[in-house]
Amino acid sequence: MYHRRTLTDAQINRELLDVVFRTPMWWVAIVSVLGIIVAGAASAFGFMMNQGLGVTGLQQPIFWGFFITNFIFWVGISHAGVMISAILRLSQAEWRRPMVRAAETMTVFALTVSLLQPLIHAGRPWRIFYWVFPYDWARGIWPDVRSPLVWDPTAIITYLTSSTLFVYTALIPDLAVIRDRSTGWRRTVYGILSLGWHGNPRQWKLQGIAGILLSALILPVFVSVHSIVSWDFGVSLVPSWHTTVFAPYFVIGAVHSGVSAVVTLMIVMRKLYKLENFIWEEHIDAVARLLIVVATAWMFFFWLDIVFGLWLREEQEITVWQLRMFEPPWSWLFLAFIMFSYIIPVPLWLFRRVRRSFTWMLWTSLMVNVGMFLERLIIIVPALMRKGPWTFTFDTYRPSAVEVTIIVGSIALVALLLMLFSKFFPLIPLWEEKEGQKLIDEVKVGDRVIPALVKEH
Amino acid sequence: MANTKLMGLFQEPEQVASAMTQLKDDGFPAEDLDVYSGSPFPEGSFGEHEPETRLYMFPLVGALVGFAIGLLWTAGTQISYPLVTGGKPLLSIPPMTIIMYENTMLGAIIFTVLGVLFESRLPRRKLGLYDERITEGYIGVIVDCPEDRAAKAESLLTGAGAEEIKRDEG
Repeated sequence: MYHRRTLTDAQINRELLDVVFRTPMWWVAIVSVLGIIVAGAASAFGFMMNQGLGVTGLQQPIFWGFFITNFIFWVGISHAGVMISAILRLSQAEWRRPMVRAAETMTVFALTVSLLQPLIHAGRPWRIFYWVFPYDWARGIWPDVRSPLVWDPTAIITYLTSSTLFVYTALIPDLAVIRDRSTGWRRTVYGILSLGWHGNPRQWKLQGIAGILLSALILPVFVSVHSIVSWDFGVSLVPSWHTTVFAPYFVIGAVHSGVSAVVTLMIVMRKLYKLENFIWEEHIDAVARLLIVVATAWMFFFWLDIVFGLWLREEQEITVWQLRMFEPPWSWLFLAFIMFSYIIPVPLWLFRRVRRSFTWMLWTSLMVNVGMFLERLIIIVPALMRKGPWTFTFDTYRPSAVEVTIIVGSIALVALLLMLFSKFFPLIPLWEEKEGQKLIDEVKVGDRVIPALVKEH
Repeated sequence: MANTKLMGLFQEPEQVASAMTQLKDDGFPAEDLDVYSGSPFPEGSFGEHEPETRLYMFPLVGALVGFAIGLLWTAGTQISYPLVTGGKPLLSIPPMTIIMYENTMLGAIIFTVLGVLFESRLPRRKLGLYDERITEGYIGVIVDCPEDRAAKAESLLTGAGAEEIKRDEG
């Protein structure tokens, strides 16, 4: 049974808007450190633009490395945010309340950072405009809609726009709360952003319908986005990429890494923002149960990928899998990936004590994301090494300091954007928490007192 | 006669329900009453007038607009710069469907959000009769009535337990 503290609307406002109205020193310190890391990564990118892609570890025949791995990784992370929020909203799961906003916001920032990766990878990012936009700039050549270079931005921009609108629509009532507690220029800004929200029954009804309708519309977009990203690989003729299983395999992998990232985010948020009254062991437990199912489904598709690869006994396919699984350093990375993504965390999550331990869940969810980054690297690089008969160039890929700096910077950038968001907007929806508080009254049945809200159990 | 707006501020939802019932019993039309709250209550909690919305039309229209843009984009670019590959038809349908699908969904989502704002009567330039305590848990009952009925409305609101009555002459 949940031991939820009963909070008044004023207490919820005070506790969830604490950082919005007060700037703690720890917030300044964290933002400063993250800002320095991001500045370092931006400098590395500037250096790379000036010197050319030669400063990376990319070389023949491997032209996709850390940046593309990072692109897939962040698109994956972005998936769980809206997915978890949409599914929990549609199923009216009560335990969604503290996690939907943070998950949706993480989606927006992870997608933004993922969009930056192909731009960085291009070396000269301004050229991307020639490939993507359906506008005849100067040369009389139109972008080819048959190319995945056009599909990817279309899908990601659709998802990014949708997720941003999803976050904003649900944020309007909370912006009105901040407006009502602000003075001066802040009141003006939040007044504009809250669009004159009053909170009458008509507006609340539409807010509820919007949550469900947008969830239903975003779910198919979410499935399509990572499918389209997987077709970047699937439509090529590269051995081990040219397979039909990639779309569901990528989607479920994205959900695995994304839900794990939501767990990490919730635990960090709870500690930093002192959200003990809102994020409980039961929430983490519920997500961990979801993770067991998702991880096992992902493992099934991973197994299918191997079977599809080996079934026809094509030499090229077998060579790539041999390289991935049995030749160092890929074999070590493969072992780490499989241990971190499934073999260590999933059996641990079967224990209730682990699922309800914030420390265990923090480390296991982080472990999954290290594993899932390695998974994407192992999918991409060994397949491009062209190891096989009649191969004249066969070299490996070693990421350079520039690439590592940019990757670390991308992690810092997502964290920085989340920290900045939390300074101006509540990370937990105030109105959803207030609505939840109304539904926790207890009912006496015989000698037992049970919560009125049966959906929580 | 000019209309006036009154707002009674209540702390308990039961008081609001009682105030609404009394106002309606006394002949105040339901469409001239409104309730402001800081969080949603189950529909009909206060016996409020709730007109139907046409929100469901918006995503359909948006989807059609998005689909049309997708079709125009994919077919237009291929026709403008014809790349005949292996004697196959110029318009390549499978990749076109990818882009048209994304545009259809994007159109539906953008129009849904616009529909939510339009049907919620947002944005509003001025807040009008409002109280900041509403987002702290108070509930405001708004009565839009002719000047000569304002005293009656005020007495009904006070009788139902309103802590404060605010008035907007504009």
